[in-house]
Amino acid sequence: MTTASSVQAGIEHLLRDLAPQVLGVVMRRFGDFPASEDAVQEALLAAALQWPGEGVPESPRAWLIHVASRRMTDQLRGEIARREREAFVVRQEWPFHDPSSDGFDAPPEHDDTLALLFMCCHPALTSSSAIALTLRAVGGLTTTEIAHAFMVPEATLAQRISRAKQSIKSSGVPFRMPEEVERSERLASVLHVLYLIFNEGYTTSGGPDLHRAELSNEAIRLTRAVRVLLPRDGEVAGLLALMLLTDARRPARANADGELIPLAKQDRSLWNREAIAEGIALVTAALSNGSIGAYQLQAAIAAVHDEAASAEETDWPQIVALYDVLGRITDNPMVALNQAIAVAMVHGAEAGLARLDALAADERLAAHHRLDAVRAHLLEMSGDRSGAIARYLAAAAKTASIPEKNYLSTQAARLRADDDA
Amino acid sequence: MKYMLMMHAPKEGWTTAGIGTWAEKDIKAHINFMIGLNQKLKKSGEFVDAQGLAGPEEAKSIRARKDGTPDTDGPFAEAKEFLAGFWIVDVDSTERAYELAATISAAPGKGGVPLNMPIEVRQVMSAPPIDM
Repeated sequence: MTTASSVQAGIEHLLRDLAPQVLGVVMRRFGDFPASEDAVQEALLAAALQWPGEGVPESPRAWLIHVASRRMTDQLRGEIARREREAFVVRQEWPFHDPSSDGFDAPPEHDDTLALLFMCCHPALTSSSAIALTLRAVGGLTTTEIAHAFMVPEATLAQRISRAKQSIKSSGVPFRMPEEVERSERLASVLHVLYLIFNEGYTTSGGPDLHRAELSNEAIRLTRAVRVLLPRDGEVAGLLALMLLTDARRPARANADGELIPLAKQDRSLWNREAIAEGIALVTAALSNGSIGAYQLQAAIAAVHDEAASAEETDWPQIVALYDVLGRITDNPMVALNQAIAVAMVHGAEAGLARLDALAADERLAAHHRLDAVRAHLLEMSGDRSGAIARYLAAAAKTASIPEKNYLSTQAARLRADDDA
Repeated sequence: MKYMLMMHAPKEGWTTAGIGTWAEKDIKAHINFMIGLNQKLKKSGEFVDAQGLAGPEEAKSIRARKDGTPDTDGPFAEAKEFLAGFWIVDVDSTERAYELAATISAAPGKGGVPLNMPIEVRQVMSAPPIDM
């Protein structure tokens, strides 16, 4: 059955998929990134309004390119006319030909999605700017949708995107694939932005947070697109696997009231087996190609968790070993922190706590709520209830996440109630 | 990261040195400063919300009585400070939130002299939780 809302959803998906391809063509033709991006966004909005009623055109891509190009030429003609009035410039023949005669129905010679991603995730941008710009220019989301997801006014988000575009324009970042020498570093920026988008969305699964959940789906969709273009890159596969293996647990991660459920207590029958199978296949293939990287290793760790029937049956020695390798290629202190939990599962709580003592000297961790939360957990494991209560509360006071604060406070309350009983 | 910047005005001297006692040009300068600041925040893409609050003379504190009806207390003559207004900003770092707070603190007051009001900076809880 085809309902009006399924037509709407189909059009929305089509538009999001076409957005970067259309922008690529318009950019190639007109050059000006900020104006091209605006024109494409307007064409997408026009399509979203017209297509559900009038039907999807035979070549949606050509339709969008045509509308966006017309906006660009209108705008440029307006500017030229103004300059002519101002300076009596001799009118020249319009340099751009009619887009309808351009064979746009032919498949794209090369996909511009990657070049666009490299541009939008340029390290010169702050991560919040890169995220907003990527979601709009590459993801095809509207400013309204992005503003909802990040819970900021639309005008603020629009301004953030506009500034990001201007700074790309003024810094002269070219619209093409980065040179070979800097490609892996630039790809790392792209993957990092996609990872941040995923993380922003990986929160509770209902109510007012639904908009945010969509960010995770968007991150997965974009990472899939990158994977199609770079099928042999192990880290792209690793990131996609990590997202799938993490997202697979979403249905079990919180209860109906939005309360967080830790991995050990999740109902594993709710996990998305299909996503887990895909994630495991991806990371296994990547690692067996001899490639190694932080996303692949994190995905491998997630895979070990996802394969286990219960927390107890998890292959913890394998997880400790994977963290060892991960620790050697990144200096992220969270790696050592997470490893301490796995060490405790293998060698007992005392061994885990000893790891934490060594980590407390790291300035990046000392004030972080996660150090207190892990310590609380390990103290509870070791039977030190009052110590655990104090650390749960310390962690609850420091976190900036409401579900996490509720979870940590509840753990402290649970231990106090056990003491009273 | 979102932060709430709360502007606490001293209660002491509110009636003798508060904005009601400033010269017109000082009031205008103060208002223009605030308008300009909000415009800058909108332009930088950091603005979420900003509100000024009505004066402390009308401030009431409400508690529920046993039957749930409001029990009204106040205004509070003995309070040392009152919340005059707040901003919610979405910034890339804690340092940036502090920098904005310092800007607000230096808003011009009587005779154009910076007010140097204390600005309380609190993170709005909106971070994604870490998987546990």
